[in-house]
Amino acid sequence: MSKTVLIADDEPNIVVSLEFLMKREGWSVRVARDGVAALELIRSERPDLVLLDVMMPGKNGFEVCQAVRADDSLAGTRILLLSAKGRDTDIAQGLGLGADGYLTKPFSTRELAARVRELMGPTP
Amino acid sequence: MAPALVIGTAFAYLLALFALAAWADRRAAAGRSLIGRPWVYTLSLGVYCSAWTYFGSVGRAAAGGLGFLPIYLGPTLAMVLAWTLVRRIVRVARRYRITSIADFIGSRYGASRTLAGAVTLLALVGVVPYVALQLKAIASAYAVVAGARAAAPAWWADGMFWVALVLAGFTIAFGARGLDASERHEGLVAAIAAESVVKLLAFVAVGAFVVWGMFDGPADLFARPGAAPALQAPADGGAWFALVALSMFSVLLLPRQFQVMVVENVDEGHLRRAGWGFPAYLLAINVFVLPLAAAGLALGLPDPETYVLALPLAGGAKTLALLAFVGGLSAATGMVVVEATAVATMVCNDLVLPLLLGRGGALGGLVLAIRRAAIVVLLLLGYAYFRIAGEAYALASIGLISFAAVAQFAPALLGALYWKGGTRAGALAGLGTGALLWAYTLMLPSIARSGWLPAGFVEPGPFGLAWLRPEHLFGLQGLDNLSHALFWSLGLNAAVFVAVSLARPPSAREAARALQFVDVLEPAAGERVFWRGRARAADLQALVARFVGAERAAALFAGRPQGFADGRLVQFAETQLAGAVGAASARALVASVVEEQALAPADIARIVEEANTLRQANAKLESLDRLKDDFISSVTHELRTPLTSIRAVAELLRDEPEMAAPERARFVAIVVDESERLSRLVNQVLDLAKIESGQAEWRDGDVDLREAARQAARSAGALLRERGAVLEVRADEALPPLRADADRLQQVLLNLLGNAAKFVPEGRGRVRLSLWREGGELRAAVDDNGPGVPAAERELVFEKFRQGGATRAQGTGLGLPISRRIVEHLGGRIWIEDSTLGGARFVVGLPLPRPQETPR
Repeated sequence: MSKTVLIADDEPNIVVSLEFLMKREGWSVRVARDGVAALELIRSERPDLVLLDVMMPGKNGFEVCQAVRADDSLAGTRILLLSAKGRDTDIAQGLGLGADGYLTKPFSTRELAARVRELMGPTP
Repeated sequence: MAPALVIGTAFAYLLALFALAAWADRRAAAGRSLIGRPWVYTLSLGVYCSAWTYFGSVGRAAAGGLGFLPIYLGPTLAMVLAWTLVRRIVRVARRYRITSIADFIGSRYGASRTLAGAVTLLALVGVVPYVALQLKAIASAYAVVAGARAAAPAWWADGMFWVALVLAGFTIAFGARGLDASERHEGLVAAIAAESVVKLLAFVAVGAFVVWGMFDGPADLFARPGAAPALQAPADGGAWFALVALSMFSVLLLPRQFQVMVVENVDEGHLRRAGWGFPAYLLAINVFVLPLAAAGLALGLPDPETYVLALPLAGGAKTLALLAFVGGLSAATGMVVVEATAVATMVCNDLVLPLLLGRGGALGGLVLAIRRAAIVVLLLLGYAYFRIAGEAYALASIGLISFAAVAQFAPALLGALYWKGGTRAGALAGLGTGALLWAYTLMLPSIARSGWLPAGFVEPGPFGLAWLRPEHLFGLQGLDNLSHALFWSLGLNAAVFVAVSLARPPSAREAARALQFVDVLEPAAGERVFWRGRARAADLQALVARFVGAERAAALFAGRPQGFADGRLVQFAETQLAGAVGAASARALVASVVEEQALAPADIARIVEEANTLRQANAKLESLDRLKDDFISSVTHELRTPLTSIRAVAELLRDEPEMAAPERARFVAIVVDESERLSRLVNQVLDLAKIESGQAEWRDGDVDLREAARQAARSAGALLRERGAVLEVRADEALPPLRADADRLQQVLLNLLGNAAKFVPEGRGRVRLSLWREGGELRAAVDDNGPGVPAAERELVFEKFRQGGATRAQGTGLGLPISRRIVEHLGGRIWIEDSTLGGARFVVGLPLPRPQETPR
């Protein structure tokens, strides 16, 4: 069974491209359009990794990240933050909240694919 | 108990205190300060509880029941009620490096040496007997614990003489260590906090032992015959009130209290902890006062002032009695050491230094030497007073007399913080009047009772004149002697202070200081510079160097203006000096090396005005700067978002040449759409920037609103059709022409129609554009049957990048902000209402030209 990636972003065109990329990489994909939906899906679907946008309506990515890290039962969830906010303080804040990585938008699709593979670990 | 054991214990305790203070100083030097902790500060305030209260409270309770309470209620009330007052004092003292209560009052009233000197003298007169009282307390405690009181030995064989010298040594080592008296004395404060713990533990231990060890709990104790007097209500309500007021003042005004509470404060935040911590301490140390008094009375012990020691001895607990002795010792030594530190600083800065300032050369060493000598002299004076006054009445009553002396500072101090009209002359006259009346109504009678004045002085009065009787001045009857003295001294003190201050307006210097003190909590206060003249930085630095040394002066002046000094640098130098020699001397010293222009009162008002204007301008610039940063950060985000989509799909297309045609077409469409979005954004950002900076071109002409609306409706037609929405236009006939830029007006209407098209439900959309005249305005409104805009967001949507709705709509987030700016440029307004169609209604109101301005 392939591992699952949750894409949480409110920009439809970014979702389209990320979905295509992740499927091409061989992962199962789920999509959430805002922070609240993302958190619900993380709890119900238990994705292995979340591509989490920071600026989202409802709950922003930092808040989602914090909520996931506060929940012990979700300890195995890897989080890769994607954000158009690229200042050092934003990156530090994201990593401080327990994200496993932080990519600044616009990102290279190759680099993103490599980071996801790396975070997923050796395929079983 | 063997005298050697008691003496050994006492000196071991004092040695331990030395060690503790030295350790705290070393820790501070290593950057791990102890007094940075709020509870150390709170405990250090416990220096209020001197030997007079440690032993005397039980004595007062035995004699008058609850009569002991005001001494503790006063400070509790002061901490709770006068919290903001203390905060103001602390803020002023830190900003202007105030070193003592005399310095504080002198500094406020025009940096007056005379006034600071007068405060010092009165404090000195009040405090020397108080120090003597502490020595006496130690001596009598020793007599009780060691079992016998031999005839007074010669001074060199008297243990008390040596205790006084040891305390002087301690004070010199930790209270007069460095030159800057406004700096914190780490070791001293740590030792005082420790002493507060020791006396509290000792008192509570004795109390617990007596109540539960010697008796069977409080119920048993108070039921004993003979214990009753300890429970009676105070005899005289008036005296009670006077005592509460007196202790309220003294917790702020006693030199030692000012020292620990203000000068040694390192963090205003500590006041919060002390605000409840200090009253809690007072409560804890008072819990056992009544039980101890009752127990002593029940057992019929002599001399209630020694119950704290005699009770454990009577119960056979010798070690506990020794602990009680150490507790009393700590209460006495804590008071003596802090009082000596504070008063020595005052004597040195405000009495001795003014006489020596004419001398040239380095003075730092001399200042320290004077301060140290003052400490030794003060303690020797205290010892001498103790030897001479001995058992006299004058000594026993000195605690309250001392309180009443320092209470005379209250009008000048309160005026310093809350009344800009107070003057030096007023403060001096008030203080002088208060001091004279205090001496006449309180001090002299106590001296007469000790037999040093003819007894007739009190009754029937000096020269037999009844209206001059010191305890019934001008025939005032019905008050106890303390209330009577307070009534006359404080009442006339305040009245004279106010009257003399009002007689003449403050001088420029007094007005300047008044502003600095009264407005201390205002943010702009720190930026006012009340100085005009010519000064050279090198002269100022050389002056400061004479007191703090060349090296430290160089460090202080590093990075500050060279050459000619501005007012700010002059004030800086003066403040640095004030920390060492007090405000009054610092003022005189600075004046001696610079050329000053006298300021007129009108200048003071102008300086305040200028400082406020400057501050407002700075605040506005900062907020504009922040807005600009926010805007740039938002623009960056909005640019990166479409770029992200474009780059991602472009890379996917590159990596996958064999992609299926529909997928490929979809991706290419994304690139096109997002590129359009990018151009729109760039155009709108530029457009907004032009409008905001005033560089936009406005081609004003006569505009027919109906024509502009028709054009906008035509431009929006394609978008509306695409969304399956129906547009209805309702326009009144014959609308008068507007004076406006036709293209800009169309831009606004098109933006509103475009927004409506985006938000109406697909296929069932209804949009209505209406035009009419209402009052002096032409109105245009766009209604839709979309989700509407919640009332809370109706202003928000006009801010940049704040799009409405829970989900992101297509758009840049700049359309409405641009529309609002255009409408406002045309002198109109734009707002949102509920629409009869069920969605939002955007209304634009544009003013019609007034008749006399009708287009030519």
